[in-house]
Amino acid sequence: MTEHDPRIPFTAPRQSWTFSNEVNSEIRRAAATGIYDIRGGGAKRRVPHFDDLLFLGASMSRYPLEGYRERCDTNVTLGARFASRPLHLEIPVTIAGMSFGSLSANAKEALGRGATLAGTSTTTGDGGMTPEERGHSKLLVYQYLPSRYGMNPDDLRRADAIEIVVGQGAKPGGGGMLLGQKISDRVAGMRDLPVGIDQRSACRHPDWTGPDDLEIKILELREITGWETPIYVKIGGARPYYDTALAVKAGADVVVLDGMQGGTAATQDVFIEHVGMPTLACLRPAVRALQELGMHRKVQLVVSGGIRSGADVAKALALGADAVSIGTAALVALGDNDPKWEAEYNRLGTTAGAYDDWHEGLDPAGITTQDPDLEARLDPVEGGRRLRNYLKALTLEAQTLARACGKSHLHNLEPEDLCALTIEAAAMAQVPLAGTDWIPGKGGY
Amino acid sequence: MQSYDLAAGTLREMNAALQAQAGTTNETAWEILNPQGRHAIAVGLDAPLDVTVNGPTGYYCAGMNKHATVRISGNAGPGVAENMMSGTVIVDGDASQYAGATGRGGLLVIRGNASSRCGISMKGIDIVVGGNIGHMSAFMGQKGNLVVCGDAGDALGDSLYEARLFVRGTVKSLGADCVEKEMRPEHLAALETLLEAARMDADPASFRRYGSARRLYNFDIDNAGEY
Repeated sequence: MTEHDPRIPFTAPRQSWTFSNEVNSEIRRAAATGIYDIRGGGAKRRVPHFDDLLFLGASMSRYPLEGYRERCDTNVTLGARFASRPLHLEIPVTIAGMSFGSLSANAKEALGRGATLAGTSTTTGDGGMTPEERGHSKLLVYQYLPSRYGMNPDDLRRADAIEIVVGQGAKPGGGGMLLGQKISDRVAGMRDLPVGIDQRSACRHPDWTGPDDLEIKILELREITGWETPIYVKIGGARPYYDTALAVKAGADVVVLDGMQGGTAATQDVFIEHVGMPTLACLRPAVRALQELGMHRKVQLVVSGGIRSGADVAKALALGADAVSIGTAALVALGDNDPKWEAEYNRLGTTAGAYDDWHEGLDPAGITTQDPDLEARLDPVEGGRRLRNYLKALTLEAQTLARACGKSHLHNLEPEDLCALTIEAAAMAQVPLAGTDWIPGKGGY
Repeated sequence: MQSYDLAAGTLREMNAALQAQAGTTNETAWEILNPQGRHAIAVGLDAPLDVTVNGPTGYYCAGMNKHATVRISGNAGPGVAENMMSGTVIVDGDASQYAGATGRGGLLVIRGNASSRCGISMKGIDIVVGGNIGHMSAFMGQKGNLVVCGDAGDALGDSLYEARLFVRGTVKSLGADCVEKEMRPEHLAALETLLEAARMDADPASFRRYGSARRLYNFDIDNAGEY
């Protein structure tokens, strides 16, 4: 071995972009276990998003509304196309479907409380409807999923809306698996399965395939609920133009469109990161489908997947959504990934902000768990209050931006109020690149 | 007997009339005329009615039934008695695919044959089929009993949980994690009760029992080849 000549500088150690520490750690984990990584949440990769858009604000040609003085309304009605009892929400932000089973009963109660205080709806998930959730949710959307865990006509009639889940943004085309460690007696009982076994949630509905069948399924649900209850169809961000058109054709009152940043309780990391499209890329094709069918604003479009702030809300509405839905952000508002649990996150091999092993049931924040001791850490009343506060803040932020654009209702926001910071975002959102009148894909480019 | 003619009235009126019958009604006997393959007939019933549908039905007849007895004097389309909670549904003819899908209780009797995916994701329903059943029947079946007096198609009981399957004839193939199991006295007794309830003339001793090997209940990388 020769000694290094001290006159020659070392080449600085260089990490590979392709084989980063993160990538290598995953290779080592896979080599040790022989199985893919499973986690919760949505896509963590950087994708074009609402951050890549800016509002233009008022100018010579448009005058703003006075903050704190002039009205900027936020209400929205969902489901009036065929249903005789549509949902009237005070704010255009709803709580997305999340299951009892993946979430604790206290977390579901907190979501119901918070949504009710804020004047909006919350949604069940793949575990049926719990009394806590129904009791604390003024407006509750009941998911109709491929697994049909806990499905029954009484809860169907107790629901304020029905959401037929075709797909979700985190895993379009995928089912789910609630691992055995989260299957308590109560969860098992609601799902008609033994305690402690992995519970597979199917990726396809058991009794219909394709949009023609879906039309008949919707007919059945309407007949059972007397044509009173709005029926939503939730799609993952895969082929939003065609899926939206087909959902409308099948008779949906509302289309819920979930982009790849939308979370899941648990699925393969490779699925979350490599299947589906960013929310920003999904929105305009869906709106175009509605417009071409003459159904924009008649069939409402609810968009989810990475909504975090009032700016996201306002931008989604400006691009044509009628409302947005939040899941991950709502959990964070309840206390998910809070740094106050950092020591416990460290013991789980992670850190606050990155904890995503929700399927293991060890959540220090007491949200994604069925462990009674951990669950007790979440006070549903306090959680509900925090969620209410957050929803109110989102709404105030969106109103602030809308007033700056001279809009007296959030729904008056329009694509012309926006510009894009990147070519990708300009192409996806179909708004001009900032400082230009160029929209990629239009005007001959 | 109350009678409703679907050739003269609407589906909505008919279902609303049936759904409006309280549990104490004395108008329990109903007859539906001219169904002509219409979908969603007699769905969401919640009273001990006795409904006879005179003719073939489309999708989801007697869907989510509770307490009622619904007899289809003809063939049934896809998803008959889907998600049934209780009561009895009888198909005098054949049933299309997904018969009794996700059913959580009650008894579904199919006197003829049932197509593919009979009893898919069943969660407590009892299904008795006089003839044969198609492929992928009882897929992911969770609870309840599926009795087949004839033959079963491919991949019977694939990814089965705790549902019990009884077949008198041949089974073309078993699905992942489905195995033949010993027919013990308690199974013979349960089968006899089901056959009697369905008014099927068959000797319980002539059936074979199939169930889950429970190898896929918790994920194991060594079983990945089963999927």
